[in-house]
Amino acid sequence: MKQQIKHLCDLRPGERGVVDYIHISGDMRRRLLDIGLVENTEVICIGESPGRDPSAYLIRGAVIAIRKKDAKSVFLKAVL
Amino acid sequence: MGLTNRAVGRGAFDIGPKILKEKESDRVIALAGNPNVGKSSVFNTLTGMNQHTGNWPGKTVATAQGRCISDKNGYVFVDLPGTYSLLAHSAEEEVARDFLCSGVPDAVVVVCDATCLTRNMNLVLQTLEISKRTVICVNLLDEAKRKRIHIDLDLLSKRLGVPVVGCVAHEKRSVQQILTALDRSFESEEQHPYQVRYPEENEMSEEQRVAALYKAAEEICDGVVKSERALRDDRDRRIDRILTGRLWGYPMMLLLLALVFWISIYGANYPSALLSDGFEWIYQKLLALFYALKIPDALRSALLDGVYRVLSWVVAVMLPPMAIFFPLFTLLEDVGYLPRVAYNLDRPFQKCNACGKQALTMCMGFGCNAAGVVGCRIIDSPRERMLAILTNAFVPCNGRFPTLITLITLFFVGAVGGFFSSVLSAFLLLLLIVLAVGMTFGVTRLLSATLLRGTPSAFTLELPPYRRPRILHILVTSVRERTLFVLLRAIAVAAPAGLLIWLLANLTLGGESLLSHAADFLDPFARLMGLDGVILIAFVLAFPANEILLPIILMAYLSAGSLVEVGELGTLKSLLLENGWTPITAICTAVFCLFHFPCSTTLLTVRRETASWRWTAFAAILPTLVGVLCCMAINAVYRLLF
Repeated sequence: MKQQIKHLCDLRPGERGVVDYIHISGDMRRRLLDIGLVENTEVICIGESPGRDPSAYLIRGAVIAIRKKDAKSVFLKAVL
Repeated sequence: MGLTNRAVGRGAFDIGPKILKEKESDRVIALAGNPNVGKSSVFNTLTGMNQHTGNWPGKTVATAQGRCISDKNGYVFVDLPGTYSLLAHSAEEEVARDFLCSGVPDAVVVVCDATCLTRNMNLVLQTLEISKRTVICVNLLDEAKRKRIHIDLDLLSKRLGVPVVGCVAHEKRSVQQILTALDRSFESEEQHPYQVRYPEENEMSEEQRVAALYKAAEEICDGVVKSERALRDDRDRRIDRILTGRLWGYPMMLLLLALVFWISIYGANYPSALLSDGFEWIYQKLLALFYALKIPDALRSALLDGVYRVLSWVVAVMLPPMAIFFPLFTLLEDVGYLPRVAYNLDRPFQKCNACGKQALTMCMGFGCNAAGVVGCRIIDSPRERMLAILTNAFVPCNGRFPTLITLITLFFVGAVGGFFSSVLSAFLLLLLIVLAVGMTFGVTRLLSATLLRGTPSAFTLELPPYRRPRILHILVTSVRERTLFVLLRAIAVAAPAGLLIWLLANLTLGGESLLSHAADFLDPFARLMGLDGVILIAFVLAFPANEILLPIILMAYLSAGSLVEVGELGTLKSLLLENGWTPITAICTAVFCLFHFPCSTTLLTVRRETASWRWTAFAAILPTLVGVLCCMAINAVYRLLF
């Protein structure tokens, strides 16, 4: 793939990535921090809902659904 | 999900609970933990109370408390709503934080999920910072074992500097250990728990704080948690691929719902017939007794034809489908399917500028709208919470299902019983539900474009692991919470209502009964909606409890004409036909049953949750308006065509 994956929402089911930083403020930032999306956290995308949005991610042992527009604000260091 | 005293009654209170100590020496213990780690189950096992538990995050929206005694002390446990952290921001998380910081609790028990301990450590570490005494309870050890996760409890206790207890929530013996640990900790010296080392900066950003907490959590759990990762979650992923997959997600949802309906309808036939035979038998005996005692005709008629008939109707026809539907629904909840429904339905809610969790509160509404309205507290944004509260009554509650089922059975399926007809009934009911859910979307969209404008707020939804349902537990609690509750409500509401309707029908003014005066007055308007005056009156009189809608209609018709035996559906149909019912009347009644003002309990709950009579009035007017318009439209189209 030519385009480099940078955001959490770009992960396809089955792919895994490492969090770099969150680029958003306010409630959503706190939410994302609460569920453990801090630097170097490993995230696996495990599926999409029937409507394609939100997607489900495995984060620190819990499966959490995040909407695309919110997942866009999570930047990834690397995709494994 | 159920309408219970706990959900809407005295037991449910908000911030600043009053602690009900039985003895001065009682110690107050706060029960904290992440959402969905089984706090409520631990609480129930400890105190023997019946906090409703289910498998989805945010179950406990109001704090509950209960007392229990150990060998040495009396403890008052306060069950707090689940929180991920104490940097709380949603209403329910605030409840938890405020209570923990208030200094009221003598100790805190933090309940953790053994299957994702590292994430739970976040809350544990923050609690250790503010609490004098802490006991950690690592719950769901059985689930962890199945997932081949091993936890070294002693090492964890050593590292944290506080007692750690391993437990399986619904086993009394393992929960007992919590009490032992508490007893011991109150005897010993002060605790010196682990403290997180934050970067030495005066102004620490929230992100640095959280990052430090997680780093500490990882260090603590390193070596404590041993897991064979490969095996984990495999089964859940496979199930999720079907239940939330692109192809099967929606069909499976409809299929499961239809199955639940079918079992309720099919399964209710037999007990229903049995009950109504039994009631008819008792009726005859009572009648004979009343004659023998020479009780005046008017009183006999009021008690037997008024109170007894309505009461026995509610029990015989309404109760069986409810008694079956409720545990089935609780089963889906217990397994962990409801969050998947929210996950599947998030996209349409997103399009309505609403919160995906509204799907959860909508599902709760199927059980009971009042409980659904209380459940709306899991939605953080006030705007989205209001959307969810106002539209909750658009899905029929447990009290309205039997009415819908009866109407469908009478007018569209024909013969009672039989495999095929129950499948057809379930299908038609499903259509009505799809209509109700569609209307929920439509009205939510409309509101978010007009009165409650705004953009969707932060939303994350946890999809908990599937859990094996505790069938026995579900049966016991639904009998206790729902069946008995409906019975009591039937006695409390249906009996006086039966008397009232009898009085209305038998007190005359100028040669006509009060009921027919009122019905005549409403009749022209009701005709426009494809109903008649009596049906509309019945909706008004059924305001305290939707269960009694059909019995009131029957009472009204019966009091006007000759007495017919109402035990069987066949005679019921002929009674309705005699009074001018057509299939279109049945359709309009069903539609108005879906969309009309919520029952009094629900409205009072709306008032409590919104703290505004205006919004409460709006919550009543909105569905009524929709219902009136729908019925008029259906009726008009029908008149045009035929």
